[in-house]
Amino acid sequence: MKIIIVGGGKPLFFLCRNFTAKGYRVTIINRDKGECVLLSRQLTATVLCGDGSDPEILKEAGAMGADAVLAVTPNDQDNLVICQLATLKFGVPKAIALANDPDNAETFERLGVSAFSTTRIVGSLIEQRASMEQILNLLPVGEGRVNVTEIVLEAGSPVAGKQLKDIDLPENALIAVVIRDNRPMVPGGENDLLAGDRIVLITLPENHGPALKVLTGEER
Amino acid sequence: MKNSRYIVVVGCGRLGSLLANRLSRDGNSVVVIDRVEIALDDLSPDFSGFRINGDATHMAVLKAAKLKNADVLIATTHEDNVNLMVAQVAQKIFRVPHVLARVFDPRREEVYAQLGIDTICPTSVAADMFLEAVANGGTHQDGGVS
Repeated sequence: MKIIIVGGGKPLFFLCRNFTAKGYRVTIINRDKGECVLLSRQLTATVLCGDGSDPEILKEAGAMGADAVLAVTPNDQDNLVICQLATLKFGVPKAIALANDPDNAETFERLGVSAFSTTRIVGSLIEQRASMEQILNLLPVGEGRVNVTEIVLEAGSPVAGKQLKDIDLPENALIAVVIRDNRPMVPGGENDLLAGDRIVLITLPENHGPALKVLTGEER
Repeated sequence: MKNSRYIVVVGCGRLGSLLANRLSRDGNSVVVIDRVEIALDDLSPDFSGFRINGDATHMAVLKAAKLKNADVLIATTHEDNVNLMVAQVAQKIFRVPHVLARVFDPRREEVYAQLGIDTICPTSVAADMFLEAVANGGTHQDGGVS
């Protein structure tokens, strides 16, 4: 897989290190000469110094054959234009933009560009973790219209020891995966839940609170 | 000719302030947005429209400019990408009937023509004028180069 990442800073560095470790071919485009030198020393990625929203630079970075373009600069307008150029001019199948202003995540989607807002993701994570100890992970997907939550069942949970078919979950909530002793499984109605199980729960936001209450017994 | 239109001008540099002053003098209701407050001082004393100090790439600022009521939006900041983003948001989300963006880079202009965004590229316009003047051998005739 060949990925072009436009931007800089620590998130880009670690993202890139992650991708190269997985064997992806990564090309970074960054405007700052000094940062480019540092990045090329520290990473096994190709580093290109220039404006990622310049079609010539994208071409030089190999946009024509890239599988994905990720635009994570601090400027929303640049991220939008980078992704649009990648899709329209170079036919890159997947272009994803960071929306620094959370409002722009929706705006970009309406303009046909996939977008995410770290502010929103981190914000909801913090909210969830601060409000409930049992929640290990929360991932909003589909523009925040769906929540994927990982929770751990404590001994006092009202559903510990019950079979799935006997658990009265609200509508639009699904226990998708149960992880027991590090082994994940997709449960059926006959499966039971035990204290210590980690559960991956899929909910719509309006039923998120009620579904959590059923599993943990706590009011959110 | 209907002369009072609601026009939003984004960017109050040399071009933006010139356009805003003239459009206001012609009797239009004009709103000017610039993220640098002192840039708005370039508007002439008889400019009768509104000034908004803010970043037009933020939806909240465009909403404050009541963009959904606008007849025309002109994006004239010195950053191509800002102009292109604001123009698209105005056209596709706020449904402004007439949207124009200044884009310096002719290569970017092509792509946005594909997206249906009207752009004016000062670089291409100036190049055409120079080429025409050169082709005419420097003879300047009325109606030729203007």
